[in-house]
Amino acid sequence: MLRAAVDAGADAVYCGFQNATNARNFTGLNFTSEELHSSVAYAHAHGAKVLLALNSFASAGRFPLWKEAADCGARIGVDAFIVADIGVAAYIAHHHPHCRLHLSVQAGASSPEAINFYCREFGIRRAVLPRILTIPEIRQLKAEIPCEIETFVFGNHGLMVEGRCSLTNYAVGISTNMDGACSPPSKVRYDRDSAGAVIASLGSHVIDRFAPDEQAGYPTICKGRYCTAARPEPFYAFEEPISLNLMEMLPALAAVGVDALKIEGRQRSRAYVGNVVGGFRKAIDAVAAGRAPDLIDLLALTEGQKQTQGAFMTKKWR
Amino acid sequence: MAAKLTLGPILFHWDADAKRDFYARIADESPIDTVYLGEVVCSKRTPFFDSHLPEVVERLERGGKTVVFSSLTEVVLNRERKMTTDLCVAGDHNIEINNAAGLIATKGRPHRIGPMMNVYNEETMVHLAGHGANHFSLPPELPGTVVELMAQRARPLDVAIEVQAFGRVPLAISARCFHARAHRRSKDECQFVCGKDPDGLTLTTLENERFLVINGVQTLSHGYLNLAAEIEDLLARGVTHVRLMPHRTDMVAVSTIFADRLAGRSTGAEAMSRLAALGIGPFINGFWHGIAGHQYHDARGPVVA
Repeated sequence: MLRAAVDAGADAVYCGFQNATNARNFTGLNFTSEELHSSVAYAHAHGAKVLLALNSFASAGRFPLWKEAADCGARIGVDAFIVADIGVAAYIAHHHPHCRLHLSVQAGASSPEAINFYCREFGIRRAVLPRILTIPEIRQLKAEIPCEIETFVFGNHGLMVEGRCSLTNYAVGISTNMDGACSPPSKVRYDRDSAGAVIASLGSHVIDRFAPDEQAGYPTICKGRYCTAARPEPFYAFEEPISLNLMEMLPALAAVGVDALKIEGRQRSRAYVGNVVGGFRKAIDAVAAGRAPDLIDLLALTEGQKQTQGAFMTKKWR
Repeated sequence: MAAKLTLGPILFHWDADAKRDFYARIADESPIDTVYLGEVVCSKRTPFFDSHLPEVVERLERGGKTVVFSSLTEVVLNRERKMTTDLCVAGDHNIEINNAAGLIATKGRPHRIGPMMNVYNEETMVHLAGHGANHFSLPPELPGTVVELMAQRARPLDVAIEVQAFGRVPLAISARCFHARAHRRSKDECQFVCGKDPDGLTLTTLENERFLVINGVQTLSHGYLNLAAEIEDLLARGVTHVRLMPHRTDMVAVSTIFADRLAGRSTGAEAMSRLAALGIGPFINGFWHGIAGHQYHDARGPVVA
């Protein structure tokens, strides 16, 4: 997967170890230290960087796991660590002061003051911004902080403040922050009722129900359908299953000084990664050369077959 | 030192009169030691109560309560940035910080760290204590075993450890208002519809499970966290402050029940039956026991794996 991204033209690829130290702790994803070693060599040979995600929260008693991951990443020579936990950031800043630190969106830093705190304390070199800011807000923020900024351009359209969500732990006893897994596959169940509808559950909780002609989605709590007294028919109480796609906005993002563009690639197929990364590579190169980006159709790859420019255009979605 | 009883900030949008009456009773009749004031969920709500704050503070202090001002959880807009900075820079009042935006302004001034600050380990606690944090309200999802390790490190640092023991549990916060969305409105046109639900609006699953509660931009548990039966365990693990979250039930009664537990005047079973008699619930305590938060683990029964 890392190679697919590098081959398709990614400048940098995020990866993590096969444990709770990163926010995508899922079976079949992620790297052993040997795999990370060979992947870093491959990426570097092809002019790409490797960013090690240590962006979950180390609960007391488990901190050594994060320390070992940081030490291992430093030994292998990853190009940066992306962190959210203050303790983890402090450890890396102190023990590996030559390493670049990036601030994960999981840190929940959505103001210049919050980002400046992390920059002052740990020498953060780049902050990944939450997906809730408009272009003018990004411009204003960029002017008030000393570090680079990175924004999501393709993938999940998340509206919960990341790193501040215990919904999965409430529902099934696995913590997104501490265990690195939101809606873990081991707790997902699909059942079919007598009418042919598919019922998608997380643990003992029904998250959505799909008519026989509907495409069944993954049961993520904040993408499910629920009922309330105010609105008794089932509705998406939090958000629709929809994908973020900012390809059309690349010129605007470049103009306000976004330094890096992030595509969500983990938990995805090799074909998805190749297509999306390749498409954005071409579009970014076009923008850099002063041409209009050639917008390729990524709709077929998006969740629920719908896409949005999310918060980046207006505040109406709130 | 005996553990202290605290009252967290009101998370819901109660009208100003309801809040004033509520705090008057707390001031005069409750055994609570410390009261956290301030809007922590939605910055749009703040104008309604700001003018009443001085009077409420005076009343609470007259009742012998320590007053702490809590800062907003999510800080994005310019007015939210200003609210946070103003609270953390000026004055000599006690503050509890709920967003890292507040940390840049404290400049070593003593402060408390709120439950939304993601203090999951001793290293984070030590770092923040080095900048003046002297009291940590831990994330509600932390199990008792982890709280114990935090409390062991807190003692030599001389910082306090606070844990929520009553009330619906904050689980997530968003930039979008779910209350407005449920009423087919946007946040900018919300008309403060969240005020209709003083304990939150229940979301039921498609199989009629009462699952979650929404409160403006916040999502909470449907069940009420209740650690009344675990008080000895909390104290043994080193918790110094026990937090109750305000609800529209009789909070003087709730606080009295917890105060009796802290003072050893009643058993867990007695407290549980007195709380059940208030007509609230269902009760949950899964997080403390390291299992799914929506569950209730009866410490007297068989151990749930």
